[in-house]
This record gives sequence, structure tokens and C-alpha cells, in this order.
Amino acid sequence: MCGERRGIGNGFVEKMNDKIKKATRHTNQNEGLIFEKSSPGKRAFELPPLDVPNVDIAKTLGVQHRHDGVEGFPEVSEIEVIRHFTRLSTWNFAIDLGMYPLGSCTMKYNPRVNEFVARLDGIATEHPYQSQELSQGCLKILQLLEKCLLEITGMDCITLQPAAGAQGELTGLLLIRAYLEKQGNSRKKVLIPDSAHGTNPATAVIAGYEVQNIKSESHGQIDVDKLRDLVTEDVAALMITNPSTLGIFEERIPEIADILHAKGALLYMDGANMNALTGVTRPGDLGVDVMHLNLHKTFSTPHGGGGPGAGPVAMKKFLEPFRPVPILVEREGGKLALEQVRPDSIGKVRAFGGNFGVLVRALAYILAYGPGVRQATEDAVLNANYIRKHLEGVYDLPYSLPSMHEVVFSDAKQKRNGVNTMDIAKRLIDYGFHPYTTAFPLIVPGALMIEPTESESKEECDLFIDAMKGIAEEAAATPELVKTAPHTTRVKRLDEVGAARKPVLRWKPVSHNKAAD
Amino acid sequence: MAYPANYRYTKEHEWVNAKDGVATMGITDYAQHELGDVVFVELPEAGKKLETGKSFGTVESVKAVSEIYAPVSGEVLEANPALHDKPEIINSDPHGAAWMVKIKLSNPAEVEKLMDSAAYEAYIAAKGKEASA
Amino acid sequence: MRYLPKSPAERQEMLVAIGAKSIEELFESIPEKYRLRDALKLPGPFSEAEVIDYFKQRAGENSLGYTSFLGAGVYQHLRSVITDTILLRGEFLTSYTPYQAEISQGTLQAIFEFQTLMCQLTGQEVANASMYDGSSATTEAVLMAERLTGRGRVLVARSVHPEYREVLRTYAKNSGLQVEEIGYTKNGAVDVARIKSALQDQDDVAAVVVQSPNFFGVLETLAGIADAAHAAGALLVVAIAEGISLGAVKPPADADIVAMEAQSFGLPPSYGGPYAGVIASRDKFVRQMPGRLAGETTDTEGKRGFVLTLATREQHIRREKATSNICTNQALCALAATVHLTLLGKEGLREMAEQNVAKAQFALSELEKIPGVKRAFDGPFFNEFTLEFPRSVRIINSELLQEKFAGPLALGTAYPELSKHGLVCVTETTERAEIERFATAVKNILSRPL
Repeated sequence: MCGERRGIGNGFVEKMNDKIKKATRHTNQNEGLIFEKSSPGKRAFELPPLDVPNVDIAKTLGVQHRHDGVEGFPEVSEIEVIRHFTRLSTWNFAIDLGMYPLGSCTMKYNPRVNEFVARLDGIATEHPYQSQELSQGCLKILQLLEKCLLEITGMDCITLQPAAGAQGELTGLLLIRAYLEKQGNSRKKVLIPDSAHGTNPATAVIAGYEVQNIKSESHGQIDVDKLRDLVTEDVAALMITNPSTLGIFEERIPEIADILHAKGALLYMDGANMNALTGVTRPGDLGVDVMHLNLHKTFSTPHGGGGPGAGPVAMKKFLEPFRPVPILVEREGGKLALEQVRPDSIGKVRAFGGNFGVLVRALAYILAYGPGVRQATEDAVLNANYIRKHLEGVYDLPYSLPSMHEVVFSDAKQKRNGVNTMDIAKRLIDYGFHPYTTAFPLIVPGALMIEPTESESKEECDLFIDAMKGIAEEAAATPELVKTAPHTTRVKRLDEVGAARKPVLRWKPVSHNKAAD
Repeated sequence: MAYPANYRYTKEHEWVNAKDGVATMGITDYAQHELGDVVFVELPEAGKKLETGKSFGTVESVKAVSEIYAPVSGEVLEANPALHDKPEIINSDPHGAAWMVKIKLSNPAEVEKLMDSAAYEAYIAAKGKEASA
Repeated sequence: MRYLPKSPAERQEMLVAIGAKSIEELFESIPEKYRLRDALKLPGPFSEAEVIDYFKQRAGENSLGYTSFLGAGVYQHLRSVITDTILLRGEFLTSYTPYQAEISQGTLQAIFEFQTLMCQLTGQEVANASMYDGSSATTEAVLMAERLTGRGRVLVARSVHPEYREVLRTYAKNSGLQVEEIGYTKNGAVDVARIKSALQDQDDVAAVVVQSPNFFGVLETLAGIADAAHAAGALLVVAIAEGISLGAVKPPADADIVAMEAQSFGLPPSYGGPYAGVIASRDKFVRQMPGRLAGETTDTEGKRGFVLTLATREQHIRREKATSNICTNQALCALAATVHLTLLGKEGLREMAEQNVAKAQFALSELEKIPGVKRAFDGPFFNEFTLEFPRSVRIINSELLQEKFAGPLALGTAYPELSKHGLVCVTETTERAEIERFATAVKNILSRPL
């Protein structure tokens, strides 16, 4: 025991290297903040010379003139910019390097041709206010994407405007509210399962509804009997995620839809887990009234460190009049146009019609697959089940119903040695993987939420399984190694408490920093 | 950590120490343990009226924010200034130096209705059993 | 399929390991009648070349070869090829939100630098790591002011971008927030006297919202507005749609919250998005600020590093009590802005801003030579100005199309009282020869009978 404890740190890690097959130590460049490299007189970018007469800026702008340029702005050369950001990039994990088994994030391959087409002249260069005669290409892209997403979801109409999933959820709830208001009573409550993603309740509140949590039953599914009691004429909607955040298909969803509809309430589906359904079943067929999609999940648009995304909202016909403007229409002769005025529209949820560049990427993804998109779903579900099969017994499986594209374990076994899901996740980094989702969904204490996606080869899945098994062994035999992980990263565990107590949220020149202390 | 015998306790894990119509309150050792390292506390100003059971402030850790509920009704006389710069006192001395507000009680009888230290210790022991069930 | 790393043999091996006879078995939890029997009716499958071809064809049906004088919240500026060189690095492009700080230091440090640049530009103390765009930043700024003051009314200048005001209205409808609009004067700036009288003896206004340069291109005078707002206990929210202006124009130091669109900083117009919004404000308001924040800290060995911080404000922890529901933001766009601004640097930004002023002044002088054309407002402006024409701007624009121009934005739809007015934008990318050709074209069109 003592000998092993003494070995924590470099010595122990070297000994572990032959168990860790996927990753190894590598020399990595240091790099300070760009402001720390700044020196007056350096330039990284030059403009072409002015081809019109110069003006006296001070005179033209008067008191509004900013005389001295932006204080503290960096002054560096082109190569320093290249080195700076290149070095920074090498400190990141990325899909291009390996698996992110993050549950409900669907970290699949971001096809590079999508980047190419989004950057084409004539695509990237278009102004949203240019006349519709000059935008038929853009409008055709929007129309085709609408058609494809409706085919995939089994819904009747769609808006491509929302900028991300959360905004899609808000749009969906606003549509529901507008529809119910038109019926005479917008109602007060939205039912949300306790397994739901945090954006669901946050969004319901912004939409002006009270949140009523509904506890999942013993298998992690929606408690349909409890639901029957809770659905009154005060309830506007239930927000369901299907498959649930446990990765389990809500088999009784058609019944759930019926219960809601009988009381005039609506069924909203959070489409974050569409990667389990695309090409296999359609939410519209299951009784869903309105749903959002996450194009940055199911449809491969890149996460880019946190966004941008897009959250289109698909809906049944009766919600159509309330769609955000502008609405894409086809006029005679096949000319496409955007109509800005619709009397019952909920208005705009964002300016300029939507994250067009993201929509282009999603369409490129769909076109690459065509009708064969079902294969991606099948491979995603295959990978998740393969991993589940190999890790069952190694990690505690709180809910035993069949998994679809993701599986949720818990740290119950490892907890006995004081090792929790966060520790296991951090040790997984040493094995060459990004952590899975920890501590979510909330209904599983100490959750390990794993979604491999279809982009992982059998080889990568096997390496992941070996890593997870290796860590389970370590948790049993040498728990300290896991509890103090990661050991091989540029920085070790960071002081989050200090960062929250005394937040330092920007760089300041040294003399200012000292004054602040 | 012991739970002072002369204090009273609520189900939301607040403690109250009342004397001569004035009560000091804070959150219990159990609460600070659940929260983890405290990073920030939001407390009301003097003069604010408190209503039993209603939230009047928050305690924030890195991974959670908890509401603080008024254990009794009254008026805030003073909020503990030390907690602004050193919220970590809540972790180290939750029953003493980390008092949160002093309240002028509008109804001193309310204090008697709260749990005494024995009842509170039994309450949290039961919670512990629930969690590991 | 090239995106799927499995051979039929491997799939079979895996099914055997699972103990399933076919992939169908893994979908049995879906009731049979809802399982699709046929493939979806979708176009494709396309090879890489066919995908490219499809979009090239669409690109050819847009505005290639036209010169644009459109601004109005979306601006054509020079952008270096280096921005894409960096953005296309897989470690930036395909990485996730930096919740696992140890393996996301690249993203986190870049966000920290972005936050710093935004503070330097706006003269504020703290900035977040992006909202969806300028319209959502403005809306979130108003909601932030509502939380900070506990008040439910907001005064918004009509000279704020019409789409920003529309988005605010959509959010306000559902939160009970009352939005009141304040008109503009003949100088094209917000009517400060009206603001003052609307605030007089009122204690329920949370914020006054103006934009500078405003939608008409005019620079607002903020000092008087700030004083009036503060005297009434309200906050001043300043929206900025054209961020390059901050290279030559004083930042809104009197603002309590700045809501800025970052599109001008290296993001292409891309037919409406993706862009990036930013909220910048005072340190004392930071806990009510929505969006992600990267903070500096140290690791267990004392080494400097960065983490997402103050996360308890956010939806994944606070859930229904969150400061906002935003989860995915615009991180890659913010990175583009960081790279772009770093490339421009202090002198490059100043030079770019000054070129914008010079070009716009030149264009104005050329256009004012045309009989019947005059500038509508006389306040100082940056790179956009409003012209009044002797006839409908829409008709002028349809004729300008023949000359391969995307002409000024007709203001009549958003501002019915400005039915013959057009908003002209000129940036450093507009060539002198095109400005002159444009003036000639407008002159010719106007000299023809109706």
C-alpha cells in the first residue's frame, strides 16, 4: 500500500503507460496571453491604401472621436498570431482526435465538405437584406432543408429561425402559448420530467409558465398513471425527451400524447436525442405536436468549442399560423420569397432569419447520406449497446430497460472506495478520451452518461471499453490514482472555488493588477 | 460538528438563536456540507421584512445555488458583513462566525415551533439513511 | 458510407458480442407499427463532389458579381484568410464546450482573450463569452436590467434596429415586461427630451435602451441620456450593431450594460448568421450576467489555467431560476472575432475604422450632388447614412439591379414616415470606382421620367 502511494505522480504514470493504449505523453508548447506578447509598432494585418480623399477624423466625429485607438489592444505580427492560436489549439481535445462519449451531445464527425460549401463565394457573402431576386440560391437551400427535416420528423411545417436548442424550446413553447391563447386560455403550467435537460425548465419560465416536475417511475420512464392525474386544463404541455436522457425509448409515448390531447394540452418533444430515431421512426407519427432539433448534434454541424448551433422547430399543421416570421413561400413560376407579415405569428425570436451558415452545413450532411441516413442511426445504437454489453457488471446499471443510442451507468460500485463519477471521468482523460457526461441526468446520482455516436469505429469502442475496465480496476486497487487524475494533462485539476470566489475575467496590464489587489 | 442545544432548526437546514426578541440565523453544518465550498452569499439589507418560509437570499457554491428561507418572520437588523469577503466561513464555522442575519422578531412564539437540536439531529440522520437506501 | 467507420463484418461481430441476431432487435422498444419500413424520401446520397456541385449551383443563383451598399446590422468588412486557417483547425472546430477544463485550455484561454478584447473595445469591466447575436444580447441585457432593478418597464429608442426591437417584444410579451418606444428627432438621434419626460417622477423603469451608431447610422449623444436614466434609478443599455465603429468612436463609458453584435469582427454576412452577441457590463453586475464566463485560476501545482466560472447562474445548474436558458452559444464565432481583432491590432482597427469614415464621407458627397437627393439627418455618422430620395427607394433599387447593385435599404417598411428614405452603408471594402459608378447609376435612374 505504502509503496504504491509513494508512486503517485510521474513514476506511477510511467508504470501505467503500457495499460493505456490510446494516448501517450507528448511535448507541448507553452503560450501566454496575446496581450503579454504585445509591443507597439508590430502589425499583423495591413489594409489596401485608401482610394478616396482622406478626412480629418477628429473634425468629422467631433466629441465622439476616440483619439488614441483602443487601449490595451494587442500589437503583434502575423506569425505570432499563427503561433499563438496554433499552440492554443494543441491544448484542446477534439472529435478529430478521438471519441467524446458525452451523453445527449451526439459528438459525431463534422464533415469537412460542410465547411467548404459554407464558405463558398455566393453563400458566405450573402446579405440577409438583399432583394429576393438576388437570393434564390439561399432560399432554395432553406426550402430543401425544410423539406428534408419534415420528412425526417414526420411533421407538417417548420421554422429554421432558432439559433440553438434552447431557443428552439422557447419558440416551441411560445407557439403552444399562442395557440392556446387563441383558444381562449393560455394555461399556467408545463410538466417537465425530473430527468430533463436544464434548458427545459429554464425555458418554460422564460415562456411565462410555471414548472411542475414529474418524477420518473422505477424504470426511468415517464410515470403514465401519475401523468394522468397531473394533466388538468391548467396544463399547457408536457416537455418530453425521447429517447429519455437515460437513452431509453419512451414506449408509451402515443398513450402520453392521447392523455394530453384529451385535456387540450400539447406534447412538446426535445429532439436532442434524434440520433436514435432518424430513419427508424418519426416523432410526428408518435403523437408529438411540436419539437425542436439540434443541428449541432444529430446533423453534424461543428460544436466549435460551444457553438454556433441551430434549433429548428417542426410542428403539426394547427400550429402553422403562429410560426415566427419570415415565412418561406413559393410563388408562381417557382420563385421563392420570404413573407414578413403573418397576423398570428409569435414574432421573431432572433434577427435575420436564422443561423444560415449552420443550416447549410446540416443540409450538406443530409445530402451526403440521402435515404441511407438510417444506417447512421443503426450504427449509433449498435455502438451504444456494444459498450453497454461490455461494461455491464463493471459499472452499476441503474435502469435495465434496453438502451438506444446512449447508456447511463452509475458510480455506485466505485463509490465504495471513495471514487466517484467525476474522478473516473478525469482518469479517462489519461487514457486518451474526453470524459462522458458526469452528474446528469439528475435522477441518477453519480451518473456516467455515455453516447459514442455512429462515428466511432469498433477499434475506438474497444479502446474505450478497455479504458473503462482499466479504470474500474484502478478504482478498486489504487483509488488514489483515480481520485487525483488527470496526471498527463498540461494543467492538473483547476481551482474552481477560487475562480468563483474572486473572479478574474479579463487580462489587465500588470500595474492595474497590482492596484486591484 | 455538534448542533448547539440552545439553537432551533428548520427542515431547510437553517438554525435560529433567539434572545429577547432578536434572533440570529444561519445555515447548518449539514447544509454547508451538502453545498461544498461556498463561493458567494447574497443577503438582504437592513430593514427588509422577512416572511416565514419565503426565500430572502442565496448561498452559492461552485456547483449549486441554494435559496435561504426565512425561518421566522421579522425585520432584518443586520446582515453579516464578514460573509461578503470570506464566504468560506460558512464552511468552517457555520454555527458561529458565519451567522447570516440578525432579525427583530415579529412573533417570538414562532421560534418555539421549530425543531430543537435533538429533533434536528434525528431528522438529518433519517435523511442520511434515505440517501444510502 | 464514408462517414461510417464500420465494415459489414465488424457490424456482425458486434451484434454477436451483444447477443443480438440483427440490428432490428435493438429497436424493439419502438412499437412495431411506428417503425418505418421504407427508407426516408431524401435527395442523395451525394459524393463529396456532388455536394459541392449542389452548393456551387445555389451560389450562382445569388448575388455574385453585384456590389452592395447594404449594412443595417450586417457589414461587409475585410477578413484575413488566417481567420479560417485557425478556425478550421480540428482542435478548435470539432471541440466541445470547455466543461472539462484540463483538456480545453485552448478554447478557454481564447475565450478569456475574447472577454478582454470586448472590455477594451467597450470600455466596460467585464464581458461574457457570447450570446446568439446582437438582438439576443440586447434582449438579455434588458432582462438583466430587469433582474438588477426589480422593475418592469423599459424605454427603447425607435432608432434601435427594428429587428432587435422585434425580438425584444417577443421575449417581453411572455415575461410581463412593458416596452415603450421613444421617437427620434430631426437629427436622426433619439429624442432625449422625451426620455427625460418619460422618466420624470417614475420609479418603475428598469432600463433605457439606445443604439450607437443607431439604425440610421447616426451617433447618439449618451451623456444626457445616462444622467436622466440614473437619476430615475434606471440602467442605460447601449446596443452596438457595427463594432468596427469602436476603432474611431468613443466607447459608451456611461452605459451600464453594452449589448454588441460581433459580426463585423471577421464573420461573413452568411445570409443572416451565425453571428455572435456580447454583453459587457460592470463587475458589480456580473452575477446577473447571462452566458458563459471564462475565469483565470491556478491548478493544483500553481500553474495558470482557465475555467468556466460562475456557472451557477446557468441553466444546467439553476434550471428554472437561471439567468437565461442559453446553453450552446456562438463560441466558434467568438473565436473568429478574437483572431480577427488580434490580427487587426490597435493600429489596424483604427485604420480600418478611419477608412470607413473616409469612404462614407466620400460616398455622401458624391450622392448629394445628385439633384433631389439629400441627407435626411444631420448628426455625425460612422459608415452609414440615411438619404431622402425624390421617389420610392424600392423602384430605384429594382432599376439598380440591372446595373448590378444591391442598393440602399428602403426604410419605409420599418418606418412608414420614412417612405422615400434609404440607408446607405459604405465600408473599407467598397471601391471608389464602384461608389462613383453607383452615384452615376442613381443619377441616371432619377433623371428618367417615372
